[in-house]
Amino acid sequence: MVDDRSQNSVMRSSAETRKRVEASLRGRYRRESWFKTFGLMAVLVSVSFVVFFFVSIVSQGYTAFTQTYIQVDVYFDPDVITPDGSRAPEVLSKANYLRLVKDSLAAMFPEVSGRKNKRLLNRLVSTGATFELRDRVMAEPDVIGSKASWWFLADDEIDTWFKQYERGEDAESSGRLADAQLDWLQQLVSQGRLEQRFNTVFFTSGDSRDAEMAGIWAAAKGSFFMLLVCMSIAFPLGVAASIYLEEFAPRNRWVDLIEVNINNLAAVPSIVFGLLGLAVFINFLSLPRSAPLVGGLVLALMTLPTIIIASRGAITAVPPSIREAALGLGASPVQAVVHHVLPLAMPGMLTGAILGIARALGETAPLLMIGMVAFIVEAPQTPLDPSSALPVQIYLWADSPERAFAERTAAAIMVLLAFLLVMNASAVWLRSKYERRW
Amino acid sequence: MRLSTILLIYIAVLIVGYFAGRQKALAFSHGMDEGRTMHSLPMYHGYYVMMWGAIPALVAMLAYFFLGDDLVLDRVIAGLPDDVRALPESRLNLLVNDIRVIAAGAETSGMSEPYILAAADSMNAGRDFLSLLLGLAVIVLSCAGCYIAWRNVNGKFRARNRVESAIQVLLIMAASIAVLTTIGIVFSVLFESIRFFQKVPLFDFLFGLNWSPQTAIRADQVGSSGSFGAVPLFLGTLMISGIAMIIALPIGLMVAIYLSEYTTGRVRAVVKPLLEVLAGIPTVVYGYFAALTVAPLLRDFGLSAGFQISSESALGAGLVMGIMILPFVSSISDDVINSVPQAMRDGSLGLGATRSETIRRVVLPAALPGIVGGFLLAASRAIGETMIVVMAAGLAAKMTINPLEAVTTVTVQIVTLLVGDQEFDSPKTLAAFGLGLTLFVVTLMLNIIALRVVRKYREQYE
Repeated sequence: MVDDRSQNSVMRSSAETRKRVEASLRGRYRRESWFKTFGLMAVLVSVSFVVFFFVSIVSQGYTAFTQTYIQVDVYFDPDVITPDGSRAPEVLSKANYLRLVKDSLAAMFPEVSGRKNKRLLNRLVSTGATFELRDRVMAEPDVIGSKASWWFLADDEIDTWFKQYERGEDAESSGRLADAQLDWLQQLVSQGRLEQRFNTVFFTSGDSRDAEMAGIWAAAKGSFFMLLVCMSIAFPLGVAASIYLEEFAPRNRWVDLIEVNINNLAAVPSIVFGLLGLAVFINFLSLPRSAPLVGGLVLALMTLPTIIIASRGAITAVPPSIREAALGLGASPVQAVVHHVLPLAMPGMLTGAILGIARALGETAPLLMIGMVAFIVEAPQTPLDPSSALPVQIYLWADSPERAFAERTAAAIMVLLAFLLVMNASAVWLRSKYERRW
Repeated sequence: MRLSTILLIYIAVLIVGYFAGRQKALAFSHGMDEGRTMHSLPMYHGYYVMMWGAIPALVAMLAYFFLGDDLVLDRVIAGLPDDVRALPESRLNLLVNDIRVIAAGAETSGMSEPYILAAADSMNAGRDFLSLLLGLAVIVLSCAGCYIAWRNVNGKFRARNRVESAIQVLLIMAASIAVLTTIGIVFSVLFESIRFFQKVPLFDFLFGLNWSPQTAIRADQVGSSGSFGAVPLFLGTLMISGIAMIIALPIGLMVAIYLSEYTTGRVRAVVKPLLEVLAGIPTVVYGYFAALTVAPLLRDFGLSAGFQISSESALGAGLVMGIMILPFVSSISDDVINSVPQAMRDGSLGLGATRSETIRRVVLPAALPGIVGGFLLAASRAIGETMIVVMAAGLAAKMTINPLEAVTTVTVQIVTLLVGDQEFDSPKTLAAFGLGLTLFVVTLMLNIIALRVVRKYREQYE
């Protein structure tokens, strides 16, 4: 016997449907709110990544912008500097300024005796102090024979200790300073002879084995040369290639191949470009290793696909009516492109170029391949001199164990991020100010 | 002759040529009858003259740049005594380096043989002679070129067409540089890799389980047995990239969904740039962050929880790499989700589905090809990533699937093999090229598959 209900099950009453729907609603709404919560949590997690990242970098790096100096009373002893009385530059430059530093320190702490303790005392001051004295004497030979109080750069261990001390942290427990040194430091602090000043050394000097004398100037200049070479090669080539591909290229297999190539190149890992640079530029063409020229060439090859893709987008955004109007007035195709399309597409091209350059600034892997890991102290004078680059400098410093290098690495990262922020902001500003909506 | 002088003279000749051509064209146009005009503007005639002056001299300069050094070197080596020339190539190269340094004017330790000093003098003399030759060639070629072109300028000459076809040739050459770059990459890496595979068989490389790239410098050195089996490296790469994708994919996808479906324009305008910031941070900074902040945190966490997390663990590197790829996944997913037409969402909502059901059952399946393509592209980025793993992952090749241990990846090994001092054709250095070729091929495959997937399965919504 056919059940009455089974016949009706095909055409349910609306009341029954409503009951079923309402019964399921609570579960569905609950799943909906779970889903929404997951989404919100994902957004919060991502934002907190960003915040945590920046807080950690800034908190590790902001201390590097000040540097500890020790005030020492220096007696410019003529017997040490010019035993024969002459003031000739060769004599002055070769004098034993280290002796002056040691004598001045010994005069401040006359009770220090014994070789070990004297060596500990001398280590309070940076090894660069002798050069500071030498520069002073050579600039003003009249100070010979006088007494002056001079602020010397402190050694990086002292710097670390003093910064921890000023923050109220337990500075003695690091154990890298001897007890005698800690006593002397306490004396200096009570006499007001330890001071923190703005760290100009960081911005004006090149790399160094002593953390207190290490700076990013040489690396920044190397990066600047590299970006100059990269921009001057990649931008014209990229614009020219995109103009050809958009305006003049016939639609055939070879052009398709070029387009596929460019899209693939944009996604190739940067280290493969480094291998290319190593094999072709350094090995085959014998260009100088570690030179910003080679770095710039490799970065140009890397940035080229990005610039081509961005420029093509900018050219496509110019409406065809502009071209046709120019052609209609008698311009040749090249004239229509160069005089009309190109100026209108230029803001988009420049935006793409700036973003490409910003990416190139942060690339490290290809530079490691072409040899820019060398320890270079002086800033390069031309793009052919060996140099380092800012991201490579960060990489090299990150390996050093001293606390002072760790904070300098974070400070260099802050400088690099500041540059990138400026570049990205200017690209965004350029885009918002000059881009037109057709 | 100094190179800068040559360059200045070259530019001066070109400028004079431009103005001469332009002037001649203007003179012609003034002498024409009323109502008749010239075909091209005077500036095109000027550019035409300049072009013909520029190109031959440019060829000469390129020849000097590419061949000059080798010519001088050949002559210098030919001038060395016979017994010196018979030395093995490495010794000869060192000698040549010494000669170069002395020729550049550096002071030596004073122990140089007289023939080295003579060779340095001969190198300098050769260089000076060659640069003088170049200077003369540039001057003659540019002046002759300008003059011949100038003679062609008259009232009927269609200079604009010539100049524009030259411009088109330049554009084609610029576009081909992209192809040349790919060919260059493939050939340079392929060439060195073939040399590598002649020393280490391909099968051993791809399927060997032991990676210890030692080679002997001298024949009797201990530890000269190197094994170049890359499977531990592949495993390490997969593990770290896998951890990165596990983190980036769910979070990135959910962020994209939430931002495009559940928030207003104002919240999007704030959160999206924040995530773009993550995309713009250089990878070396991520590496520093991973090595100095994340890894110690993980290690301390492991200590307090009772298990041993290495300070160079795959987890730490994978975590930071996931953060790096996150904006990539999120922005691609966002674009794809936004391209699903509103009509589909409206239809689903109209039938009574909740928002999440719409997303799960209508929007995501429609956007799936694009999301899968984005996932593959992100994976290829993760595999090719270098700096994070160089700074945060280990150097010892271990075959393990435990993410708490230190592993090494393909990119780390490429860097360590090439940053040390090794002779260029030892198997150790060539192994880096072999690894580079593998990396290039794998990322290329992933990219091509991603593009194919997107193109094939993408729905075309009018």
